[in-house]
Amino acid sequence: MEQVKIIIVGFGTVGRGLAEVIKRKKDHVKEELGLDIRLVGVADLRGAMVDADGLDIDDALEWKCEIRDIDSLQLIREGEYDLMVETTPSNVETGEPAFTHIKEALMRGKHVVTSNKGPLALYYRELTDLAARSGCSLKFEATVGGAMPIINLIRNNLAGNRILSIKGIFNGTCNYILTRMTEEGLPYSYVLSEAQSLGIAEADPSYDVDGIDTAEKLTILANAVLGMDVAYNSVAVEGIRRITPDALRLALDKGYVIKLIGEAREGKIEVAPRLIPKDHPFALMRGTLNIAEIEADLAGPITVMGRGAGAIEAASAIFSDIISIYR
Amino acid sequence: MRIAMEIELKDIPGQLLGALGPIADLGGNIISIAHQRDRRTPRGTIPIKITIELPEKHLDELIARWHERGITVMQKGEERLKESVFLILIGHIVHTDLKSTIDAVDSTGFAEVVDLTLMMPGIDEESSAGITIKATGKKEMERAIEILEQEAKKKGLLMIKPLEGF
Repeated sequence: MEQVKIIIVGFGTVGRGLAEVIKRKKDHVKEELGLDIRLVGVADLRGAMVDADGLDIDDALEWKCEIRDIDSLQLIREGEYDLMVETTPSNVETGEPAFTHIKEALMRGKHVVTSNKGPLALYYRELTDLAARSGCSLKFEATVGGAMPIINLIRNNLAGNRILSIKGIFNGTCNYILTRMTEEGLPYSYVLSEAQSLGIAEADPSYDVDGIDTAEKLTILANAVLGMDVAYNSVAVEGIRRITPDALRLALDKGYVIKLIGEAREGKIEVAPRLIPKDHPFALMRGTLNIAEIEADLAGPITVMGRGAGAIEAASAIFSDIISIYR
Repeated sequence: MRIAMEIELKDIPGQLLGALGPIADLGGNIISIAHQRDRRTPRGTIPIKITIELPEKHLDELIARWHERGITVMQKGEERLKESVFLILIGHIVHTDLKSTIDAVDSTGFAEVVDLTLMMPGIDEESSAGITIKATGKKEMERAIEILEQEAKKKGLLMIKPLEGF
């Protein structure tokens, strides 16, 4: 039985979702895969909970374990663990604090699994080079498309293929807003308020509606599976703020819907609203679903779809990444 | 260039072959052909509806070769603008000189704005327009869209393009 000691840095929605998943799947993973996954540390702004034998996850979720007055960096530097899961809030300008967290862990020979887009969209080469030099794994399936498999799908199942292009819908908030605007003929501002009250859009929605989130995901895909060397700020980005109910109606009259599409191929990386024929698979994505079409030189076109957001969905991607390191 | 024509053949064997031969000889391609053997014109000839793709410079030569064989061209209508694309513009479309936006495409000589539907919700709000552009070929269409995109950018208009092809 191989023991895997995990720490979670950033115990918000996704970090807690992962703790839930570990609790739920622990026995199954032990029996089926011979992996004894233990949560030995949790840290965020409130402090840290540490137990070398494994924390009681129910207690940890309610912060009932002994809380130590050490910060995340101390836990990363001094803690006794094999793998760090980085789930602090993402910062698209600096990538911090996750960028430092990931570097510190990799330098110490620890594997890293993250859902944090900022550091990968900004410093992809630096981080993957560091991981390679340290002989560690750096996995980040959860950064793109939530539970929808795409990075590992391409790396594992499409190995040997050259990926010519990827395009798709990578932001559930925008897709929800455009779907509601199309179906109800409602103006943008009205549907945005509705999405905010449902928790689908943030109080400051700019990260989603201005296309920043989609651009980050596209940057990660371009670097990770298209072999491109691009930084987030080289993506041409147009969001959905200016889309009018009139534009959606005009499009519909001609047999189109409008979706926010991220598209990457050699020489082009762009986020923009596009006209999609009504019978195209992208047009059928209602609500918060994500979809991607991968064009590979041998396999041809492959389409995947799935839930792009949510605590358990992101935790699913992280959990699969963890297992894949040890299998 | 794509051309739709109606030609008339005499009712003697070998006429159809004689009509099609010169098309291939001149590097043309037959897109469709409708031949109703039992229909007759008052002149006793058989009418044929045919659409071909042929370099424009060879059209006169084709008609001359047909003429030598006694084949008459009764109607000729060219489908010059065969590519069609629908786009959306959002912004202050009228107040940024709609005419010059359309002219940017029309003045190319290879593309035209053939349909425009404008919706204006209020004076201060942005308008939306659905635009259909036709062009002589695929390359010309790409170029026309580039030109319109630059024009839209200059005027602060948002242009929404189709997913495929651009």
